[in-house]
Amino acid sequence: MSDSNGAPTSQPAVSQATSPRDDPRQDERRLIASLLSGDEDAFMRLVEQYQAAMLRLAQMYVGDRAVAEEVTQEAWLSALKNLDRFEGRSSFKTWLFHILVNGAKSRSLRERRSIPFSALADPDAADSDDAPSVAPERFRPAGDTYAGGWLAFPQSWAHLPEAHVASHETRERILAAIERLPITQQSVIRLRDIEGYSAEDVCQMLRVSEANQRVLLHRARARVRQALEAYFAEE
Amino acid sequence: MQEMTCKELVELVTAYFEGALPEDEQTRFERHLGVCPGCETYVEQMRQTIALVGDLREEHVSPDAQQQLLQAFRDWKRQ
Repeated sequence: MSDSNGAPTSQPAVSQATSPRDDPRQDERRLIASLLSGDEDAFMRLVEQYQAAMLRLAQMYVGDRAVAEEVTQEAWLSALKNLDRFEGRSSFKTWLFHILVNGAKSRSLRERRSIPFSALADPDAADSDDAPSVAPERFRPAGDTYAGGWLAFPQSWAHLPEAHVASHETRERILAAIERLPITQQSVIRLRDIEGYSAEDVCQMLRVSEANQRVLLHRARARVRQALEAYFAEE
Repeated sequence: MQEMTCKELVELVTAYFEGALPEDEQTRFERHLGVCPGCETYVEQMRQTIALVGDLREEHVSPDAQQQLLQAFRDWKRQ
């Protein structure tokens, strides 16, 4: 199937590889050195870059905003404390987020929130939600000449007024849909589609396989699309 | 080559976007997409969904938190 000559295969539109800047590893070594030497500006630039994303991620695990702030603070402290042991096997940001996710998980266990233990312990096995992307009754049944084809095509959103599509209410619906997702799906869609991290980064942060990351992301997106479809069909 | 059905295609959209489909699957995917307005709409809606989710991103850090972190950094430095 794929060619064995090592020739590049064509990539479809939205592939999101990490963009190769001038040697990011070297930038990172410089960054770590600045931090170790006590450079406050370097530290505050990092805070500006990651703090908001870290807070949102932590809040997902612990629920409460104030607790999320504590957990985030602890993650920064732990990162600083272990900075001299950072080996550069992953990027700094991946390493930092991994510390955060671990801290947030154990905190949420201590606080006995309702997240099932298994969901936190093993993200790869965490997802009991294997519902299809589109309800099966929207396709022609087995035995039909066109089995598996749409009974009725989805309605395009192209005719909707932009003001409606981009409204505050739409935002609210999307947020609500994301909050209803299992936590592993939430983590992946937030990191990928809101924070804009690459698949590779997210796999490392959450310690999930690439295939699993993709499944979780797809389920999450499909769920949000369903919510939007229902909402846009309301009027 | 067996035709891809709509029901199969909707499960593969993210893998397609990520360039993770094996070559023959990608061919079947694109061939189907080229002749199926329903799936074309579905894939377009997934793109729109991704864009709309991306719009949720907001950047702000409270000055309080910044101040606390700066203090934490100074404490760490002193040790």
